[in-house]
Amino acid sequence: MDYIGENLLPGQLGHFFIVLSLVASLLATVTYFLAAQSKNETDSIAWKKLARYAFIVEVISVFSIFGILFYIIHNHLFEYHYAWKHSSRSLEFKYLLACFWEGQEGSFLLWSACHSILGVILIKRSGKWEAPVMTIVSFAQFALATMVAGIYIFGWKMGSNPFILLRDSGVFDNAPGLHINFDVNQPLRPDYMQSVKDGNDLNPLLQNYWMVIHPPVLFMGFASTIVPFAFAMAGLWKKQFGEWTKPALPWALFSAAVLGVGIMMGGMWAYESLTFGGYWAWDPVENASLVPWMILVSGLHTLLIYRHSGHSLRATYLFFILAFGFILYSTFLTRSGILGESSVHAFTDLGMNFQLLTFLLIFVLPSLAFFFYRYKQIPSVQKEENTSSREFWMFIGALVFFLSAIVIIGKTSLPVFNKIFGTQIAPPEDAEFAYNSIQVYVAIIVAALTAISQYLKYKDTSGQYFWKKILIPTVITAALSLLFFLFGEINYNKKGPIFQGSIWLAVICSIYTIVANAGYIWLGLKGNLKLSGGSIAHVGFGMVLLGILISSSNKEVLSNNIGGIPAPLAEGEDPRENLTLVKDMTANMGRYSLTYEGDSAHPKKQLWFYKVRFKSNDGKEEFVLMPNAFVNYKGNEGLMANPDAKHYWDHDVFTYITSIPNPENAKDTTSFKPYTRKQGDSLFYSKGFIIVQDVKQKDSVPQELFGAQGMLYEVPLKIYSKTGSVFSVTSRLANAKGEWFAIPDTITSESLILQLQKVNPDKSIELGVKESNAVMKYVTLKAYRFPLIKLLWYGVWITAIGIIISMVRRIRLNRASRTES
Amino acid sequence: MKKIHIILLVLIAGSIGILLTFLKTASTYDTIDTAMAKPGKFVHLMAKLDKSQPIEYDAVNNPNYLSFIAIDTLGKSVKVVYHNAKPDNLEISEKLVLKGKYNNGQFECKDIQTKCPSKYKEEQAKGGTHPGNVPAKK
Repeated sequence: MDYIGENLLPGQLGHFFIVLSLVASLLATVTYFLAAQSKNETDSIAWKKLARYAFIVEVISVFSIFGILFYIIHNHLFEYHYAWKHSSRSLEFKYLLACFWEGQEGSFLLWSACHSILGVILIKRSGKWEAPVMTIVSFAQFALATMVAGIYIFGWKMGSNPFILLRDSGVFDNAPGLHINFDVNQPLRPDYMQSVKDGNDLNPLLQNYWMVIHPPVLFMGFASTIVPFAFAMAGLWKKQFGEWTKPALPWALFSAAVLGVGIMMGGMWAYESLTFGGYWAWDPVENASLVPWMILVSGLHTLLIYRHSGHSLRATYLFFILAFGFILYSTFLTRSGILGESSVHAFTDLGMNFQLLTFLLIFVLPSLAFFFYRYKQIPSVQKEENTSSREFWMFIGALVFFLSAIVIIGKTSLPVFNKIFGTQIAPPEDAEFAYNSIQVYVAIIVAALTAISQYLKYKDTSGQYFWKKILIPTVITAALSLLFFLFGEINYNKKGPIFQGSIWLAVICSIYTIVANAGYIWLGLKGNLKLSGGSIAHVGFGMVLLGILISSSNKEVLSNNIGGIPAPLAEGEDPRENLTLVKDMTANMGRYSLTYEGDSAHPKKQLWFYKVRFKSNDGKEEFVLMPNAFVNYKGNEGLMANPDAKHYWDHDVFTYITSIPNPENAKDTTSFKPYTRKQGDSLFYSKGFIIVQDVKQKDSVPQELFGAQGMLYEVPLKIYSKTGSVFSVTSRLANAKGEWFAIPDTITSESLILQLQKVNPDKSIELGVKESNAVMKYVTLKAYRFPLIKLLWYGVWITAIGIIISMVRRIRLNRASRTES
Repeated sequence: MKKIHIILLVLIAGSIGILLTFLKTASTYDTIDTAMAKPGKFVHLMAKLDKSQPIEYDAVNNPNYLSFIAIDTLGKSVKVVYHNAKPDNLEISEKLVLKGKYNNGQFECKDIQTKCPSKYKEEQAKGGTHPGNVPAKK
């Protein structure tokens, strides 16, 4: 059957390139393998040439798939399931890329595209290592290509194809209206596209500029971990056990910088767009990307130890294998749906668990087996490291960092543990503290070691040299710590004095890291910035630690709710962090007073901006924050809030909406309660009382409006609110042309509606009173103050810059040594 | 034995110790019955909202008090109290993970995780929005 309004060409092209990519990557793997294995020089060159062609075809295929899928999204071709599911016509251009990688298929493609770029550079640059290294990269490309293949093999579906048509995706199976004769067993109506006007749109939480940039950087980081891994494997394979470390070092640095920045961009997105009130929640998805980075950084340090002292080569192998292995493990964790209850933002299950597990095991098991098989042959120095040597302490630091990563992933893997052993263990009561209570000690050890290690020399350091050099930074740190002790504070005491003290200690160690490494640029390297990459990166790392410690432990809830019904709370527990602001009524909130001044809507979307004015009690600050929320957005019933923050150099004031009146409830359902009162009587309502001041009948009313028998009663009322406000209202009841008209009066801030319903002959009145939230406009919000959060963000950039400086230097050194030899 | 090996062993033993302690502090997934059987103990209660009962939440009076009835797959129900804002997708959630303690006849919740029907499924259930989408008469 022909369907009207479909554009099938892009999909057909897409399918073609997917198959081509499968074939090309497999061919590249095999030919690179043969090139690496071939004993004969000319054979090897011939295979390599073929392999390069195959890989170039693979690169072209991947980018074609990428381009076609983007074309489909960009042109709103909703006949394709991917475009329909992830985008919409109202979506801004800048977010079209974000919907590209919202789905699993798009993010696999992104990963594949990053591998392609890295592969091309490797072909150009890695010389004799090209064949073995590219065998592994090509194989990874093949594995990724199967993920988007969507091919059935003996009834088993391999991968999920992004070019699947909407009508083939099963979405319409229960929509009789779109089928011939309204029968779902019949084929679709040829004009079904007429009813597919718009797509499902991108999840509103992802409609944030960080979501455009964070995934590509993160996936480049993910993808780049394969390079050190592939070099390590190539070293084992070619039995050139140490030589690969030289070309692998800049790659490991690249990977550490990009992956690190990618992860922290995710943190920035979470901070700006999510509402758990922070940038890090120890969520499994976050941990799953942090852990490979930590292991990679450990491997980077052991690699440096090996380059300078010959120690730690075996550890380097293990760390690079595991860094890549945990990338695959994190892919499995976040995409298989196994996290289920324990994560807020895992991908939905595409039914590819078996394939994802295979992807993990096919790399990790053989490489670990190969590593242990060759373990004895890997050279290691028999002489023990000197305790006064840099390598000794660097190794301990790397080891602690590595083990801390293992502990983190161990805790994160609870759902996997449950699955394997059939247990029902849930995370502990305070899951974040379970991480923080351990990691604060890791921070102390690692920061202290980072501070002093640079002042030690490789192999051996004379005590005189060390103490002389380290004296100045230590004194400065001591002075700064004293100042911090006197004027600063760590307020976090919820977990007892030991934890509070540990945070203090960690703060001091972080300051030490910053001071000692900044000092080393002059004391050790004479201000030569080209050589100072490591020190700069460590300064940044210290800033990151300090920023995390202070912003998290001194995070202050501003929206403490003092009013309201006292609720039974366990001791030491005070989660009353929500504050309700009634429109135009100023409420006090700790050091600020807040006014909700109104809202405005996005011109195209169901996105609302709430204008909240903050005024500090000392009158020095005044600013407006506009937290926003998607309300009942495209089938996502409810509220999806985005915070807003005022940034100062030393702190952020951060707020987001937690609740708004439900538009459904806004329909006024309460009814008037009648009260009979006389002049001078009072009557109570929930927030105060009302006094009937007088009951008057107007002497003359205009005849043309009221008719001959027209009457008008007026009852002036005074309303005394508990808050001290007094309102005057005159309620009126009219009889015009034989009919009674009662005009309700609304006192918005008291959510009170009054209606004069009847005036009896004895001059007593019946007053209807209604208290309804429906008349009120209000928002409920939370507000926090994050001190020194900027230190964290700047620290991330400085770390990355430091690593990049090191990388450039290592590339230059490698080039120089290549031209010499 | 080298110093570094001793340190290695100590650190690995420490890490294993940390992970084992973690398992000890871990809580459990419970039904309403089993949660009631251990009052005062922190559990993950798996239940859903009883939609036939009213939800008590009035942001103007107290934005930090939410109360509703939860019901589990075994048909048992319990009153839930949560001192925080009402999660906005509570009403449409199809499953709730309630983290808290059973105490004095009610479940005091520290955290609520709502599981909502995914967009995809929802669209399927609605069956598109074609104007001629009238169910066929049998």
